[in-house]
Amino acid sequence: MFNRDSWQEIFQTISKNKLRTFLSGFTVALGIFIFVILFGFGNGLKNSFQEFFMDDATNIFRLFPGRTTIPHNGFKTGRFIEFDNNDLAEIQKTFNYQIQYTTPRITRNYTIKFKGKSNNYGLRAVAPGHQAAEKTILMKGRYVNNEDIKNKTKYAVIGRLVEKDLFEGKDALGQFIDIGKRSFKVVGVFQDDGGDNEERYVYIPYTTNQLIEKNTDKLEQIIVAFKPEIGYGGAMNFEEELMTFMKKRHNIHPNDQGAIYLRNVADDLEQNQQFGSLLQMVVTFVGLGTLIAGIIGISNIMVYVVKERTKELGIRKAIGASPSSIVLIILQESIFITTAAGYIGLFSGIMLLSSLGDSLDDYFIKNPYINTGTAIFATVILIVFGAIAGYVPARRAARIKPIVALRDE
Amino acid sequence: MIEIKDLHKSYTIGKNALHVLKGINFSVKEGELVAIMGSSGSGKSTLLNILGMLDVADEGTYTLDNFPIKDLNETKAAKYRNKFLGFIFQSFNLINYKSALENVALPLYYQKVPRKERNETAMKYLAKVGLADWATHLPSELSGGQKQRIAIARALAAQPKVLLADEPTGALDSTTSYEVMQLIQEINDEGKTILVVTHEGDIAKMCKRIVQLKDGVIIEDKFVEQVRASDHV
Repeated sequence: MFNRDSWQEIFQTISKNKLRTFLSGFTVALGIFIFVILFGFGNGLKNSFQEFFMDDATNIFRLFPGRTTIPHNGFKTGRFIEFDNNDLAEIQKTFNYQIQYTTPRITRNYTIKFKGKSNNYGLRAVAPGHQAAEKTILMKGRYVNNEDIKNKTKYAVIGRLVEKDLFEGKDALGQFIDIGKRSFKVVGVFQDDGGDNEERYVYIPYTTNQLIEKNTDKLEQIIVAFKPEIGYGGAMNFEEELMTFMKKRHNIHPNDQGAIYLRNVADDLEQNQQFGSLLQMVVTFVGLGTLIAGIIGISNIMVYVVKERTKELGIRKAIGASPSSIVLIILQESIFITTAAGYIGLFSGIMLLSSLGDSLDDYFIKNPYINTGTAIFATVILIVFGAIAGYVPARRAARIKPIVALRDE
Repeated sequence: MIEIKDLHKSYTIGKNALHVLKGINFSVKEGELVAIMGSSGSGKSTLLNILGMLDVADEGTYTLDNFPIKDLNETKAAKYRNKFLGFIFQSFNLINYKSALENVALPLYYQKVPRKERNETAMKYLAKVGLADWATHLPSELSGGQKQRIAIARALAAQPKVLLADEPTGALDSTTSYEVMQLIQEINDEGKTILVVTHEGDIAKMCKRIVQLKDGVIIEDKFVEQVRASDHV
């Protein structure tokens, strides 16, 4: 049945009935096109989401001091807890086997100047380990190192956008910038995948900051990175031991929930991944909806096509076409059109997605893409349902008696 | 060629059964040109539809070329129609997006005749009805008379045993009607059996035999002196 003659017959009906061909082809092409675009956008959304939350290392605990809520060991409730350098040293000493690195973080805001240009930037006083915790990528120069910590040097590592704003494209390395009233030498420039805000920070050694602030030894936040090889269970145990240790050191009641906060990035990660899969579900749902709309569209058009052809089919039957040949020409035509149009929709959708690239980053759609497998599967589904949708009215048309079909003037 | 015995047919419309054919006995020999006449509602179209295997009788036997026509399913009916019968309709029923040649070749397509042979045969019949020059034209570019001649060529192309014409001149003016009847007479002269359903007396007189139907029965069946259509053209 799929010989040259029947194909010629199909091509003739297709080319002589342009509106019909266009309608059914357009529905399918549009359906697939929208499916590909929506699915791609969904994936793009997921990408930017992942970027937001996967920007930092995932094997870290962040410790923040709070206020006590339970009286303990003669201390009243409502006492402010403070971390200092000894805490850091003791944690490092006690948990040496679990810890990969530690770093404090003190955050300040300063007006930073270079040759008359100035702006407000966040300042982070840190230890070398902070580079790994934030996944900071150095573009040039170096990061804060142990010598800086020991010697309390006035060296600064500045973000890409700080360099861009203050130095206007010129090289910042080796130049001196004013942070507050003090002069710092720029020893490095970094970038960060966490977005523009992350690139508007300046890093200095934490010891230098402590020296500036009347030689204090207070720390705001302690970041502890555990060795990844201790695993999830090991990390959970470590978290508990660390909390117990710190509470004991600071005379806090073991059940006090407010005195020290510990944020486990691994827990955040799990929540984020749940949100990510929710996003995936939404994307899939939207995709399915589009596909169903496409199927309904092609079904309607097939009903219309068969209705429009009733008389022609009656004539064909009167001059000797068998019912099966009637069903076959309708199916062959519809499958051919849906396949060709589906391919066009698929191709143009993928083309558009890949041409978009990063241009929609501002709308949180990063690198939109669709698996070729998913796209082809959707196209095949539409073709199959188009064929089924065509088969039902085609079979009815094939059963109509020629006289009934021909009576319809 | 055609042998009908005690043919009954009724239609149910709502709760009422409408008895359309009430026992038709009728036979046609090879080479005859028969007019079936009757007012509307006399059952002449129903008779033609049954003869054309477009409809099935309730009772009675139908033999076509010594071949009993019974227990037809759609596929079988399509095969027999294609093999035995050629149809000519009042409204021509050409496929409007196919050229004259393709319309004529269509029955051969369903006989699975190879393409080249199909087109040659179709061209031969187009020439026979005098429209060889119009082979590539679409039906919409042809006049009513030309369309009917294309339809006749199509009916002939499959080389059927019998031609069935349902009001072939119903949609044509009288001059064109006579031209079409002249063609039908010429085809009959070559020995083809033709049945023409008509309600026009002058068209009926151009046949060799007139069968009068009234209220589902044959009231008159007579051979007549054929009026040649060429005398009127």
